[in-house]
Order: sequence, then structure tokens, then C-alpha cells
Amino acid sequence: MKVLLDYDSCHGHQMCAIAAPEVFGSDEIGNAKVLITGEIPAALHIKVRRAESNCPERAITIIE
Amino acid sequence: MTDTQKPVTDITTDYDIFAPDFINNPYPRYTEIRESKCPIAHTERYEGSWLPTRYDDVVAIAQEYETFTSRQILVMPPANGRSEGPYAAVGAPPITSDPPDHHWHRRLILPVFAPQAVAQYEPGTRDLCNALIDEFIDKGVADAASDYAQHIPVRVISKMLGVPLTMEDEFTDWVRGALENITDSERRMKSFRSIVEYFIGEVQSRAANPREDDFITQLMNTEVEGKKVPIEYVLGVCNLMLVAGIDTTWSAIGSCMWHMAQHPEHRKQLREHPDLWPTAVEELLRVYAPVTMARIVDHDIEFQGCPMKAGDRVLMAFPAANRDPRQFENPDEVILDRQNNRHVAFGSGIHRCAGSNLARLELRVALQTWLERIPEFELIDPSSVTWAGGQVHGPRKCMVKF
Ligand code: HEM
Ligand code: SF4
Repeated sequence: MKVLLDYDSCHGHQMCAIAAPEVFGSDEIGNAKVLITGEIPAALHIKVRRAESNCPERAITIIE
Repeated sequence: MTDTQKPVTDITTDYDIFAPDFINNPYPRYTEIRESKCPIAHTERYEGSWLPTRYDDVVAIAQEYETFTSRQILVMPPANGRSEGPYAAVGAPPITSDPPDHHWHRRLILPVFAPQAVAQYEPGTRDLCNALIDEFIDKGVADAASDYAQHIPVRVISKMLGVPLTMEDEFTDWVRGALENITDSERRMKSFRSIVEYFIGEVQSRAANPREDDFITQLMNTEVEGKKVPIEYVLGVCNLMLVAGIDTTWSAIGSCMWHMAQHPEHRKQLREHPDLWPTAVEELLRVYAPVTMARIVDHDIEFQGCPMKAGDRVLMAFPAANRDPRQFENPDEVILDRQNNRHVAFGSGIHRCAGSNLARLELRVALQTWLERIPEFELIDPSSVTWAGGQVHGPRKCMVKF
């Protein structure tokens, strides 16, 4: 599993960081920053799915 | 008869967001509209407006900022005289700005509100919540709205702006004048003037005696394309900090206190599972979303079958969107560990709340501090709770005993 962030759609809700803080952080203006750009460890898959399903802008795509 | 006194005939063609039943408990009204044949209702009251209630419609409108502009964002027409006089150019950027200016209006203030930047306010917020509780904990009764919730955001914002806490009562009064009593045009205009005149004084005093580092000083020194930002921008942002950051957050804290007073099982759940706090805060924001904004239609358009005309007002009922069963399972139920929660309490799209990380922090700390010190409490008389509504929904009197 990998994650893709559409930075232009991201408006800094930070719901992703609440759901999966290991994978999503905040840049200097509060928009999302992907912390794991490579393969996401299996233990975090559930959290990443939650991040995706909580993003109000649908800015996160999961690639499997 | 004024618009507020006429009885409502048909909710989908004649809703009144200022009718007492709508103010006190808008959710059944939203449901009635959302499940009717006209989920985008219309009214002629207050010079007319549209009211979308489905999640997908509200989000689609929020995203389409070229058609649905932020020229005016209040749920009522502007106060008489607002577009005249020396302060006419002072808005509330970025909330009242449209692209292209919106981009820099928003970009300049975002770093101050990033999660890592607002974290510094947590200890101070906790101290101030504790100090408020010290005032009434021995009495065994308190007004959770006016003795507690109401004082938290105004003090946090004052500290952030670098203005004296002694302004609390004035700020509170002006913000209520601007947002709560908005059918009173004169009071709105007076509140707006008081805010601008106060901040002109603050700007002048900093120009005469430069201060080290507070938000107003930073704003005054900001440059865009090699030029200092105009004074209207500085005053506008200060205005925005008050009107966007105070009433909204205190209403959210108040509604959550009202909820917790009636739900011992949720108090227990949070005590036993403190790791639930982040999702619990989002869920409470979903259910008790306090803010409704407006848009002005740019050009004639048919939206979901509704013939919208240039200049029409559209009410962005985020609280209604947040309870749409098409988007949320059991939408009226508070589920503190809800898994799928794309709520829009903070809006959606380019105007989405810039202060959300600060608002979340204040809400969490206010609830945590209260629940630590007063784990068991209840409403004294549910029917005596009073509410504000329209633009911002939340309790204004909420007596509890413990
Ligand atoms: C629970 C508390 C709050 C809620 C529910 C809330 C809600 C909202 C909503 C719905 C919008 C979108 C407006 C629109 O679409 O036209 C908004 C915008 C905004 N809010 Fe908040 N807000 C809260 C607290 C705060 C705080 C504490 C601050 C800052 C001190 C703040 C600053 C802003 C700003 C600057 C904008 C405008 C962003 C833009 O137009 O780009 N808000 N807020
Ligand atoms: S939840 Fe979505 S919009 Fe919000 S910060 Fe994360 S990616 Fe961006």
C-alpha cells in the first residue's frame, strides 16, 4: 500500500493526521504532509484507510 | 409585521432561521427540508435566500467558489450603511475575499494556525479553564455557557493578538452584536465600528511604540510583493479574529458541555478511553457544528433544478450537511469512536476554517479540564437552557449542578 496526496485539493482539515499520525503530518501552513512516501507497513493500513475516509476534500488516494 | 413575526406556512418555501423553534433546535427543521421534495429550500424572508440541506449539495456549492462567491458571508443582508464611510473597505479577510486576493489573504495567516504553531497555547488554555472552574467549583452550580465556555476563546484570542484581557467584555459584546443579534442592523453597524476603531488604536500605538512580537505587529510588518500590506487588511484580519474565532468556538464548547451534562455514558467512555479524544472532538463538532455561512450567486444558474439568480444568497448549512443520513450512518447519534467522519463543521474548499486547529485544541482542553475537575454533573432544568442561532448556534444559558 502507498498513499498519494493531491496537494491542490488539500485544505488543511488535518483529519488525516488525526486518523493516522504516523503517516500524515502538517507542513508549515497546516496542510497535509505525507511522512511515509514509500510502502506503508501493514500495521498502519487500517489507520490509512480511516485517513482516506475522513478527508472532507477527498485529497487522499490509496494505491494497492 | 416584520419577517420574524409571521408564522411559517411551508418550510420549503418559507423557512425562517430566526424563528424561535429554528434557533433552539434547528435539526428537525433541516431533516424536514432534506427529506422533502425540495432539499434546497427557499424563503422570501430577509430579502430572500436558498437553503441546501444535503451534504453533497452543500459541499458542491462550497467547492464552486466562482459561481458561489464570498462577497457577503452573513446569513442576512449587510447592515445599513456598511458600504459607506471610512471603514467600508475593511472586510474580514480571508473569509470575505474571493480569488485571486483570497490566496494571499489566507496564505499569510495560515502558519500561525498550523497544529505545531497552536500547540504553544495549550498550557495557557488549561490554566485559564482551571481558573474559571476555581471561581464556581465550591458553589455546586454554574452556568456552563456564561461562566465557562464564553470566557475561553475570547481570552485565547486576546493573548494571541497581544491585546489586554481587560477587553474581554467589550469584545464579547461586539462579537454578539456582529453575529447573534443580526436582525438588529444598527447594533451590527455599531459593533463593527467599535471593532475597527479599537484596532485602529492598537495599530497606531504599535506604529508609535513598536512592540517586539505580537500578531498585530507581525501583520503590520508583512510584505506582499515588496510592499507593506494595506492597513485595511490588518484591520480586517483583526476583525476576523474576533468574529470568526470567538462566538464560534464558545458555541461549540457550550453545546458539548450541554451534551456531556446529559450523557454520563460518554463521560465514562472518555474517562476510560482517553485515546478517544481526537475522534470524539471531531464527532462532537459534526453533531453540534455551530456555523452557517452564506454565499452570493455570481451569475444566473440552475443548480439541482433551482433557478438561482445573480445576487441571490445561499445559506451554507454545514450543520444540516453534517446530519445527512446519505453521508453519515445514524447521523443524530453521537458515536465518539465514529470511523468515517468527513464532517464539514469547518466548511469545505478554499475558505475552510483557517483556525480549526486552535478551535479543536480549545474544545478538547475545555472539556478535558472540566471533566477532570467535575466528573459528574447534570442540567438543572433542561427547559431553561437558552440558545443563539442563525449564523452561530450554541447555548447562551446552561445551568448545571454538581
Ligand atoms: C469550533 C469553532 C469554529 C468553527 C465551527 C468554525 C467554522 C468555520 C467555517 C464553517 C468556516 C468557513 C467559512 C466559509 O465557508 O465561508 C470558517 C472560516 C474561517 N475561520 Fe473558523 N471556525 C471556528 C473557529 C475558528 C477560530 C478559533 C479561528 C481563528 C482564530 C477561525 C478562523 C477562521 C478563518 C480565518 C476562516 C476563513 C478562512 C478562509 O476564508 O480562507 N475559526 N470557520
Ligand atoms: S484530511 Fe484531507 S484536506 Fe485535510 S489535511 Fe488531510 S489531506 Fe488535507
